[in-house]
Amino acid sequence: MYRYDGYDQAIVDARVAEFRDQVQRRLANEITEDQFKPLRLMNGLYLQLHAYMLRVAVPYGTMSGTQLRMLAHIARTYDRGYAHFTTRQNIQFNWIKLAEAPDLLAELATVEMHAIQTSGNCIRNISSDQFAGAAADEVADPRPYAELLRQWSSFHPEFSYLPRKFKIAVIASDTDRAAIQLHDIGLQLVRRDGDLGFKVWVGGGMGRTPMLGHVIRDFIPVAKYLSYCEAILRVYNRFGRRDNIYKARIKILVHEIGAAEFTRQVEAEWAEVEPLALDAPAAEYARIVTQFAEPPYDLAASDSIDRSDPDFAVWLDQNVHRHKQPGYAIATISLKPIGGIPGDASAGQMDLIADLAERYAFDEIRVTHSQNLVLAHVRKADLYAVWTALAAAGLATPNLDLVTDIIACPGLDYCALANARSIPVAQRIAERFTDLARQHDIGELKIKVSGCINACGHHHAGHIGILGVDRKGEEAYQLSLGGSGAEDASLARIIGPGFSEAGVVDAVEKVIETYRAVRTGPAERFLDTYRRVGEAPFKAAVYGVPA
Amino acid sequence: MTDVQDQSPVADAPPPPETVANIVSFRDAPLYDGPVVPLAGFGAASNAAAVRLDPGDDARGLIPHLGGLRLIEVSFPKYRDGRGYSSARILREAGYTGELRAAGDVLIDQIVFMRRVGFDSFAPAKPLDRACVDAALARFPFVYQRAADDKRPVWALRHG
Ligand code: HEM
Ligand code: SF4
Repeated sequence: MYRYDGYDQAIVDARVAEFRDQVQRRLANEITEDQFKPLRLMNGLYLQLHAYMLRVAVPYGTMSGTQLRMLAHIARTYDRGYAHFTTRQNIQFNWIKLAEAPDLLAELATVEMHAIQTSGNCIRNISSDQFAGAAADEVADPRPYAELLRQWSSFHPEFSYLPRKFKIAVIASDTDRAAIQLHDIGLQLVRRDGDLGFKVWVGGGMGRTPMLGHVIRDFIPVAKYLSYCEAILRVYNRFGRRDNIYKARIKILVHEIGAAEFTRQVEAEWAEVEPLALDAPAAEYARIVTQFAEPPYDLAASDSIDRSDPDFAVWLDQNVHRHKQPGYAIATISLKPIGGIPGDASAGQMDLIADLAERYAFDEIRVTHSQNLVLAHVRKADLYAVWTALAAAGLATPNLDLVTDIIACPGLDYCALANARSIPVAQRIAERFTDLARQHDIGELKIKVSGCINACGHHHAGHIGILGVDRKGEEAYQLSLGGSGAEDASLARIIGPGFSEAGVVDAVEKVIETYRAVRTGPAERFLDTYRRVGEAPFKAAVYGVPA
Repeated sequence: MTDVQDQSPVADAPPPPETVANIVSFRDAPLYDGPVVPLAGFGAASNAAAVRLDPGDDARGLIPHLGGLRLIEVSFPKYRDGRGYSSARILREAGYTGELRAAGDVLIDQIVFMRRVGFDSFAPAKPLDRACVDAALARFPFVYQRAADDKRPVWALRHG
């Protein structure tokens, strides 16, 4: 894991001191709320329906036990004893008092964490693959490059007043666990003739105009990816639309001028900036890569697992993935208990997970974009002990990627922009499918719920997407099908008129029963069935029109 | 709620009136105070010594004329419109060494970034306190990336 040196720490500490001044000026009424607002937003502090919400960055979704324990402490001390992991691998606290925010940030800084650029029209937290460093299919750990991007983008003087927010994701496998095609820039680490470089997507995004990214370069050597990103950002900063907030994301620029012309402009800009020595030297790459060195694996670790406890075996089959190191496995901790709030964790749960990480997983925890947590390097021999401890804390729900592993945004329960509640819909659907045998029979199915068109809940990328809309003052829900945020990315399509909350849960069940009836067999995923047969049978089942 | 993602209500405020009285300068040389022509009028008057770039103007269009210019003023009608940062850096990258002035909705919180992209004088619509400006500039001890100033990024400091 990356550890701060004196430079990193000094920068974060300076930021805390600056914000403390700003808050004091605000509390003393020396500056107005209007003047203060952009300042607090640059520190991740939003004003929500009921209180301030603070979003803390978890860079590329990786943190240590000490850091997670600090988050638990913050939940206990400054919030109501819990917090919410987000689809961009960050964590949000929903009930923060302004006067306490500087102390909170100072405490975070003691464990090398911050809330810098977690909101505002700047480059946001860099996200990555939650299995980075552990996945059998990666070319190299992508996180050193995400870290270098974090540093390069922090307080970037030219790109802090972009037309709109800017999100970058970095992966290193053909399997995309980070939804890179739905990011402003998606980077996939690849190897060509022995050299590492990035394949570059630009112009993906969700929001009210969802779009998939375009490949603008098949290979940019790692030594040059920072200057290449600099060129992309400069083209966007200069030519991205600023006349309409809904058309200001880079995806609209790419769409309006076309991917080919956009690529031409980026290449021309890169020709200008590449000679300016903007890229970090090889020694800096080496310094960061070393910090993500493989943990000291137990080379004698046994590859066999005792499956005699049937509940454990179910969890093993659903929530545990293959690790590149023999004798080790990747364990995903579901934050989606039936009836729970997707992505929420209590302070006690966070402490427990921190303990487990320290004891069994080389002190590392990952956040996934589907709002779960991961212990990336667990000895197979320790899995049973880990599972036993998780189960006792309500953290062993064996539902990874199943119908009850739902992504939901905060929705009307917290969010000032919401049309409808998201969390209760997710809860009702999960309750409808509580039966584990039924969940397993349905197989991989990704339901994603957003409370409004901003799409924080990724509904465009849901196999089944649910969008909260306002229907003459009533909360209503639109159903769409066929989205994917993975390497086979696609955008979900609305299948027809919307529903009430109860109605949408029934409709989801009808869609799923239709799938079970028309699939070629249990091996055919919902998404594949939908792609094969189209929307007609689903529409017929939901709206009663003939197929 | 019409406010999208809790953004600054300042965003849509009308552009503040410009005054040149309150210039904050980081140049040793005396400031230019002659007439400033907009880029559109510059072609006709290309013996002008000072030109103004508005956010939508292409800074690269000035590159052939940099030698004859004493002042380039980049206007910021709204602080949230960050195009002028790119304009400034492009001009410095092209070798311009004359006065580069940020004018308009220039606030204390932008000064650090503006200095880094190459501005060396400021004509804020609302006067800035020089002591506050200097304090803001002294706040952050290190930077993470190369820009148009002479600050060395931490990656350069780390590796001598
Ligand atoms: C509660 C306060 C929140 C507010 C006010 C908010 C606001 C917004 C807005 C306005 C957008 C659309 C941006 C655009 O298209 O330009 C957006 C997108 C997004 N938000 Fe949020 N959000 C909030 C919370 C969250 C949470 C909790 C998550 C994660 C669970 C999240 C994840 C995202 C993602 C992934 C996108 C889509 C990015 C894209 O369009 O490419 N947001 N948010
Ligand atoms: S999708 Fe809409 S309701 Fe949900 S968190 Fe985002 S802005 Fe709020």
